Amino acid sequence: MSILVIAEHDNSSLKQATLNVVAAAKAIGGDIDVLVAGENVGAVAEAAAKAEGVNKVLVADNAAYGHFLGENLGDLVAEVGKGYSHILTSAGTTGKDFMPRVAALLDVAQVSDIIRVESDDTFVRPIYAGNAIATVKASDSIKVITVRPTAFDPVAAEGGSASVEQLDVVKDAGLSSFVGEELAKSDRPDLASAGIVISGGRGMQNGDNFKMLEQVADLMGAAVGASRAAVDAGFVPNDMQVGQTGKIVAPQLYVAVGISGAIQHLAGMSDSKVIVAINKDEEAPIFQVADYGLVADLFEAVPQFEEELKKVL
Amino acid sequence: MKVLVAVKRVIDYNVKVRVKPDNTGVDLANVKMAMNPFCEIAVEEAVRLKEKGVASEIVVVSIGPKASQEQIRTALALGADRGIHIETDEEVQSLEAAKLLKAVVEKEEPKLVILGKQSIDSDNNQTGQMLAALTGMGQGTFASEVVVDGEKVNVTREVDGGLMTVALNLPAVVTTDLRLNEPRYASLPNIMKAKKKPLDAMSPADLGVEIAPRLTTLKVEAPAARQAGIKVADVAELVDKLKNEAKVI
Repeated sequence: MSILVIAEHDNSSLKQATLNVVAAAKAIGGDIDVLVAGENVGAVAEAAAKAEGVNKVLVADNAAYGHFLGENLGDLVAEVGKGYSHILTSAGTTGKDFMPRVAALLDVAQVSDIIRVESDDTFVRPIYAGNAIATVKASDSIKVITVRPTAFDPVAAEGGSASVEQLDVVKDAGLSSFVGEELAKSDRPDLASAGIVISGGRGMQNGDNFKMLEQVADLMGAAVGASRAAVDAGFVPNDMQVGQTGKIVAPQLYVAVGISGAIQHLAGMSDSKVIVAINKDEEAPIFQVADYGLVADLFEAVPQFEEELKKVL
Repeated sequence: MKVLVAVKRVIDYNVKVRVKPDNTGVDLANVKMAMNPFCEIAVEEAVRLKEKGVASEIVVVSIGPKASQEQIRTALALGADRGIHIETDEEVQSLEAAKLLKAVVEKEEPKLVILGKQSIDSDNNQTGQMLAALTGMGQGTFASEVVVDGEKVNVTREVDGGLMTVALNLPAVVTTDLRLNEPRYASLPNIMKAKKKPLDAMSPADLGVEIAPRLTTLKVEAPAARQAGIKVADVAELVDKLKNEAKVI
């Protein structure tokens, strides 16, 4: 078997999710090649070559891939991938965008968002917003798969010495073009891969109050997230949303502040190792999944939390 | 311009999902069904385009059992002009759904196809992208804003890092994210009027598409339940537990 992993990156650095996807590929078993498609991606290719368990890194370096347009990536991956038994990528918004095009162009089914590998053709994935877990067998000769990164422990980022091969395949479908982007800038860790996440919900009352959480986050080296209710209320931007329709996180520590615990939210964070809930409503469903629950007014508890942390950190 | 909207009949999002005791699937007997929420957003966007004078006709299509006509009628009550029902009792997976929709696109020749980004039952997030690939169209997935500008459409997309805007040549496929719009409710007079709007029924065979699932579901289980932990009395105890018991700080 031979597996092609499509790297997730931002043209300058390799995203950790790629290491999680390589781990899923290892669980399937076989030679693992990594495709790095983007623009000026030399450093990304180098990083991918060092990842544990990678056989070969294929590089498609062209302006056509610089903004990860699904039409161009779909054409590229369908061509490069057709000799492989499995094509895998992270179930981030880039992978979700181009991967179904790959499957359609190869006339095969896609298995989305897998959380476990049972065998080379059988995979486990959540359905109904995580309220049911399906075991699915794929019968096509090429398995096209997106992987939920948080469900697999990443392979080591260092130690590998894969060969790097430049591809001269340029696919510019001419169907779409990049206009612009508004990316959130933050010095805090990336929400999807942070070891600690502190999230606020509707109980935060407004966007300014999220500064309280940011102070605690900076103390702990944490990322800041939010529930859908907080995003829909306009407190914070949508890229902070944790939940079935936002980001799926599984940090060592998840602190939910003023979050009631709607199913939607739980689906995005209930695989965290330790969950803390701070909420003044002791009946809030979040307490049913929390390892440590504190029934308190967050406007008193969060500043106290910050003070206590300063003593021990 | 003509806009095609695809809608899916799924379990109502308020219903608590229960896995069948024999692990063959989710119990849908006597359960309230409704239009997939992302599809409601797709219908609403099409209706708004028509209200702005951008869209001239809205065709709504659904694939599924006879009862899917309820969701088509809902879309007609919200402002769609006519419906197409592709009737089948078989399980239709994303690739077959995309092939069926491709056949409809070839017949109807819409300038814009709007779909929900995923259905809340199978959570696949595939059909729109597959349809775009099969028809050679560009795609604006996870849309939070759609602006038609002559022969192009600008789509602002919700991506992991924030927002990204792409320009697509028409015809194009758009899939909706949550914040694209807030769907309206159908008024009673419009529900009555919708009953008289045209609705064509056809079979997958009529469209020349064979339903042959490539994925077999071996079993469906309830997720492992997480045990509730303890309540702490105050912040000091919380920090102590995190440091000395859980050892996560």
